[in-house]
Amino acid sequence: MAQNPPLWGVRGAFMKRFIGFIKKEFYHIFRDRRSLFILFGMPIAQILLFGFAITNEINNVDIAILDHSKDNTTEEIINKIAASKYFSIKQMITREADIASVFQKGQVKAVLNFEKDFGRNLIKDHKATIQIITDATDPNTANTITNYLNAILQQYQKELNKDITIAYQIIPQTRMVYNPELKSVYMFVPGVMTIILMLVSAMMTSISITREKELGTMEILLVSPLKPFQVIIGKVIPYIFLSIINAVVIVMLSIFIFNMPVQGSLILLGLESVLFIITSLALGILISTISATQQTAMMISLMGLMLPVILLSGFIFPISSMPMPLQIISNIIPAKWFIIILKAIMLKGVGMQFIWKETLILLGMTVFFIALSVKKYRIRLE
Amino acid sequence: MLPIIFVLPLLQLVILSNAATFEVKNIKFGYIDNDHSSTSRALIEKFNASTYFDVLTDFPSEAKASSAMLKGEIDVVLEIPRHFARDLQKEKHSSLGVTINAIDGAAAGVENVYITQIIQSYNKNIRTDLAQISDAQIQPVIIDAIPLFWYNETLNYKTFMVPGILVLLVTMITLFLSGMNIVREKEIGTLEQINVTPIKKSQFIIGKLFPFWVIGMGLLTVGLILARLIFNVPMLGSLALMYVYTSIYILVVLGIGLFISNFTDTQQQAMFIAWFFVVIFILMSGLFTPIESMPKWAQIITEFNPIKYYVEVMRMVMLKGSGFKDILPQLIKTLVYAIVMNGLAVWSYKKTI
Amino acid sequence: MNKVIQVEGLTKMFGDFTAVDAITFDVKKGEIFGFLGANGAGKTTAMKMLIGISNPTSGKATVAGFDVYTHAEDIKKNIGYMSQKFALYDDLTVKENITFFGGIYGLSRKRIKEKSEALIKELGLEKVASQLVGSLPLGWKQKLSFSVALIHDPKIVFLDEPTGGVDPITRRQFWEMIYKAANQGTTVFVTTHYMDEAEYCDRVSIMVNGKIEALDTPKKLKEQFQAESMNDVFLKLARSPSPALPKGKGVNVGENYNNGTKSSPLGS
Repeated sequence: MAQNPPLWGVRGAFMKRFIGFIKKEFYHIFRDRRSLFILFGMPIAQILLFGFAITNEINNVDIAILDHSKDNTTEEIINKIAASKYFSIKQMITREADIASVFQKGQVKAVLNFEKDFGRNLIKDHKATIQIITDATDPNTANTITNYLNAILQQYQKELNKDITIAYQIIPQTRMVYNPELKSVYMFVPGVMTIILMLVSAMMTSISITREKELGTMEILLVSPLKPFQVIIGKVIPYIFLSIINAVVIVMLSIFIFNMPVQGSLILLGLESVLFIITSLALGILISTISATQQTAMMISLMGLMLPVILLSGFIFPISSMPMPLQIISNIIPAKWFIIILKAIMLKGVGMQFIWKETLILLGMTVFFIALSVKKYRIRLE
Repeated sequence: MLPIIFVLPLLQLVILSNAATFEVKNIKFGYIDNDHSSTSRALIEKFNASTYFDVLTDFPSEAKASSAMLKGEIDVVLEIPRHFARDLQKEKHSSLGVTINAIDGAAAGVENVYITQIIQSYNKNIRTDLAQISDAQIQPVIIDAIPLFWYNETLNYKTFMVPGILVLLVTMITLFLSGMNIVREKEIGTLEQINVTPIKKSQFIIGKLFPFWVIGMGLLTVGLILARLIFNVPMLGSLALMYVYTSIYILVVLGIGLFISNFTDTQQQAMFIAWFFVVIFILMSGLFTPIESMPKWAQIITEFNPIKYYVEVMRMVMLKGSGFKDILPQLIKTLVYAIVMNGLAVWSYKKTI
Repeated sequence: MNKVIQVEGLTKMFGDFTAVDAITFDVKKGEIFGFLGANGAGKTTAMKMLIGISNPTSGKATVAGFDVYTHAEDIKKNIGYMSQKFALYDDLTVKENITFFGGIYGLSRKRIKEKSEALIKELGLEKVASQLVGSLPLGWKQKLSFSVALIHDPKIVFLDEPTGGVDPITRRQFWEMIYKAANQGTTVFVTTHYMDEAEYCDRVSIMVNGKIEALDTPKKLKEQFQAESMNDVFLKLARSPSPALPKGKGVNVGENYNNGTKSSPLGS
C-alpha cells in the first residue's frame, strides 16, 4: 500500500468528486431535450389551463322551465334568471313527464316548475310556490344551483316587498376577507402549484435513481468509493435547482396572469417552497429505494400520489367537511401543509409566527423520509 | 407490481371516494360578544344548535379573533356590537358583523347562506316575540321555493364520486401500463428481438395490449362490486351496456398509451407525457368541478377528453338508468376516438421501427 | 502480502436458499483468476460480497488486505469493477464518461486529463471521443468500460462476465488488454461462462450450486478430470445432479466450444 499513494484521501477531493457528479447529472438532464421540454413546458401549460378552467363557481348552467302559469310574474322571474350569468335557459317544457326525459338525456341540470296561477296566488294569498328540481346525480352542483336559484328568487321577492319595512330584524354586515370577490382562482392556483411541484419532484428523483439501477450504473457507483448518500445527494441537487426554477415560473404566472396577491414576504414564500421541494424529493428517494425498476417507481409515484394529493390536500375539496378518519389521514399528505402555508403567505400575508407549525411538520416529514430511505437503502445492500 | 395494479387503485377507490364533497360542514366558528345580553346569547345559541357550525369560541377582543383567523383556527367570526339588544328594541333593527375567510370562495358563499338562514329564522322569532299588533302593516309576499333533488334525494355525493373515481383508476392504470410498455422494450432492447421474429406487427400490438385490456376490465369489475357492496351505489341501467362501453373506452386509452410509447425514447419521457395528459384529463373531466363553469375555449378542449365521456356515461347508466339511445352520442364519439387513436398508434409504430 | 484475496468458508443465504455455500480460495497478486460456473451457480453473488456491495452471511474474506465486513469502504478504493452490462452512461460522451469516473475515484483534474488522453489514444477512440457512448458499437463500449474500471490503477480488478455479446475478435483484443493489465501487476478476477476463455486464466475455480467443485490451473484440471478441454471438465462437473439448474439454460458451453465464434445470447 505504501508504494501506491491514496488518490482519494485528500479532503478537498470530496467536493471535486461531488461537483463532477452533479455535472454529470446535469448532462443527463440537458441531453434529454424532450424530458427537459416537458419538465418546464408542462407546469406552465397546466397552470395556465387550470387557472382559467378549473372553478367550482356556477356559470351558464343549462336549465329548463316548466311554466304552468304563464303570467307576467313568471315571465319576469324567467327573464331575471335568463339575464344572470349563472344560468341559460335551454328549453321550455310543457309536461311534467318531460322532466325525467330532459334529465335522462343530460340536457339540463335543473328544472324550474311554476305552479298553476303563480302570479295570482302571489297577489291573492301573498304566497306562491315554485319547485326547483335539480339533477342531483351531481349533488355538489345540484346544491350550488339550488342556492343560486334561491338567491335570485329571494332578490325578486325583496324587490316586490321593497315598499314594506320589516320591523325587528338583525341585518348582518358581511365581510369576505382575504378574497372579497370570491374568486376560485385563489383557491386553485396554490393547489395546482403544489400538485405540480410534488409530482414533478417526486417523479423525477425516483425515476432518475431507479434508472441507474436498471441500467446497471448504480452498481458501479456503489463499488466506487463514493458513499451511497453522496450518490443520492448528488443526484438530487440538480433536481432541486430545476424545481426551484419551476416554482419561480409558477409563482410569476400566478402573480402576473391570475393576479394572485403576495401579501406576505416573497422570501418566506421562496424558502417554504424550497422546503416543500426537498420534502417531495425525499419522498422520491424513498420511492426509489423500494422499487427496482423505473416502471415500479413511476407507478408508485403516479398511482400512489396523484389522487391522494388531488383529493386529500384541500386542493379542491374542503378537508373540514370530510369524515373524521379522512381528516386524520389528510395529515400525512405533505401537500396539505404546503397548501396551507401558500395560502397563508400569499392571501393572508402572515409571517413565520403563524405557520411555524406547518413548517415544522414539513421539516419533520422530510427528515423522516430521508431516515427511512437510508434505512431501506442499507437493507437493499444486505 | 401486482399490488400496485390492483390493491392500490381499489384502496384509493374505497378511501378517497369519501373525500370528494363540496358539502360545507364543521365550520370553525368564533364570536365576539360585546353586548352580553340575553338577546345576543340567544343568537349565539342558535348558531350553537346548528349542525353546520362546529367549534364555538368566545373571543374577548377583535384582535384575538383576527389572529385566530390568520392561524386558520376559525373561518367565521360573528361580532355582536354593544347595545345590540337595546338597538333592536328601540330602533327596531340592529346590525351584526360577520367576517368570513373567503379564500375558498365557494365555501365562503355557502357559509354566508347558512349564516343568513340562521339570522333570518332568528328574525322571525323576535318578530313574533316583540311585535305589537300595531306593527303589523301590509303583509309581505313570499315566494316559497321548494328544492327537489332528483335521483339522489339525500345528496349523497358518494354515489356520484365512486363511479367517477373508478373511471380515473381504470384510465390511469391502463394508460400508464400501456404507455410504458413498448418504450420499455425499446429501452431494454428486446423490441429488436421481437421485430426479427415472423410475428406481424398488428399481432404483436394486440398481443401486447390485450393483457392491459383485461386488467382494465378486471379492475372495472372489482370496482363495481366494491361500489355496490361498500357504497351501495345503485346500478339502474344495464350492466351489459356498461361493459360494452368500457371495452371500447379502454381501447381509446390503450391507443393513446401506445401512441405515446412510440413517440418517446425512454420510459421517463413516456411517463412525463402520460402524466401531463392524465392530469389534464382528470381535472377537465367534470368529475370534480363542473364543465359548464369553464370558459368556452376550455369547454371545447374537454370535447377531446375521453375521460369526460366515460364519466358521463358511467354516471348516466349507473345513477339515472340511461339506455343505449341516451348514451349513443358518447358511444359514437368514443368509438371514433378509439379508431383514430389506434390507427395513429399502429401507423406510428410501423414508422418508428 | 502475496495473497490479495483470501476467502474462507464464505457463505450467502437468501432465506432458505444457499446461494454461496462455504467457498474457500485465495488469489495471488498479479494473477488472472477465472471464476467459472453456469448461470445461477453463485458467481455473481460471491463476487458482490468481495466488492463490498453485499454482506456475507458467514465466513471470512479479505480483499487487498481489508476485511469485507469491517472495511468495505477501503476495499472500494483499491478495486476496479466492470459489470456484465458494461455500465457506462449512454447519454454522456466518451470523454465525459472517463472524466466522470475519474472524478468519483478522486483523481486530480490534471491526472484525469492525462489518463483520458492516453486512454483514448490507446483504444483508438480519437475520432469518437466527443460522441455519445450510446452510439458506439458494443465492443468499443466494452473496452472503454474496462479501461474506465482501471482508471484509478486499482490493485485488483473484478470483471463480471465481461465478454457477453461481443464478437470473437473483440474478445481476443479484450483478453490482450487483460494480460497487459496483469503484466503491470494488477490482479484480475474474472467470472465467465465461456469455457474457451477459462484456458486463458492462470488458475480457475469452477462453481456448481454455490460450491467450488474444482480449483487449479487449467492444465492440471484437465489432467485431473482426464478431459481434453476446459469445456469437457466443465461438462463432467456439471453433469453431477444439480436440481437448482434448469436444463438447457444453465450451461451453454457445448455450443460455444464447438464453434468458438458464436457468442451466447444468454446473459446470466
